Amino acid sequence: MTSSSVSSRVTLPPFQQLLDAHGRDVHRFLVATVGSGAADDCYQETWLAALRAYPRLRNASNLRSWIMTVAHHKAIDHLRARGRAAIPVDEVSAGTAGPAELRDPEIWALVRDLPNKQRMAIALRYLADAAYSEISEVMGTSEEAARRNVHEGLKRLRTEYVR
Amino acid sequence: MTENDALERALIWGGASDPPPLPDLSEAAAAAGLLDVAYATLDSPVGRILLALTPRGLVRLAYLDGDAPEDAVLGDLAARVSPRVLAAPRRLDGPRRELDQYFAGTRRRFELALDWRLTHGFTRRVLRATARIPYGTVSSYRGVAADAGSPRAFRAAGNALGSNPLPIVVPCHRVLHAGGGLGGYTGGLERKRVLLTVEGILPADQ
Repeated sequence: MTSSSVSSRVTLPPFQQLLDAHGRDVHRFLVATVGSGAADDCYQETWLAALRAYPRLRNASNLRSWIMTVAHHKAIDHLRARGRAAIPVDEVSAGTAGPAELRDPEIWALVRDLPNKQRMAIALRYLADAAYSEISEVMGTSEEAARRNVHEGLKRLRTEYVR
Repeated sequence: MTENDALERALIWGGASDPPPLPDLSEAAAAAGLLDVAYATLDSPVGRILLALTPRGLVRLAYLDGDAPEDAVLGDLAARVSPRVLAAPRRLDGPRRELDQYFAGTRRRFELALDWRLTHGFTRRVLRATARIPYGTVSSYRGVAADAGSPRAFRAAGNALGSNPLPIVVPCHRVLHAGGGLGGYTGGLERKRVLLTVEGILPADQ
């Protein structure tokens, strides 16, 4: 009661804590959505944008959704810019040497061929372990739309994924 | 049915078990002027230490142990300096090297820029007076109180030294009881003994 009237200041944990807790989820999400070739740049842009805004954050109750929202924006920005530049997706997201972020690159290549909304929703749902409520928050849609995006995406993948 | 399960399983277990290291952000953050507090931890003859640096200089040296775990020290820095706190070991190479040399007995003077913002008023005056005590010599609580401009405030001087955010570098271990006793120490008397031994104030084989 008193705390809200005294000031709007919130206690923010050291930024490194966010990075330790969510860095891997953010990177995975970006590898899955923009491809491994662009993921590192998007990853850095995501965290620098978050770091810039961090001290002014007014609500620290769900920092994970907040950082995934920033990552989602960066992924969308990147895909739009790439669309304008008309770079073939395969060229940009070509696999790189060294250890892979994702276990089965083939299936995520299929996910990257999905429409943006389905691709984002699937990556959030399965790689970042997000509930539909969180997907809707991150993508700025209704929960119903979040559910639909995941299900439409899965339906489409099922016609193409054979194991 | 089984095909669907295989698909979802592949998605759920999508992350590789041995992923590549995550890209380091600290240099880019510093270049963008967004790294307010860079920190690193290191092992030393007085145990595990955390060093924190702002663009102004070294702001904190903390002994890490049960009373002050890393999370508590970092939380305090986030609240009192800035929440833009990042691990950036390479940024602390300079301070770490000076500490290594100090413990090896080859450095008698730290040349680090210090950020005094965690100290205020009388405490800051006492600590600045303490910073002037030469290597290998000692002063008393009354002595630093006098140097801080309040000769009679020796008890308050003791409290000020106890809240030193930069032990070792601001050598509060060189302040002893006038009667010859070791007095107190933020990090515990054992650490004070080690530091006094490094400087040759206490004999090495004790």
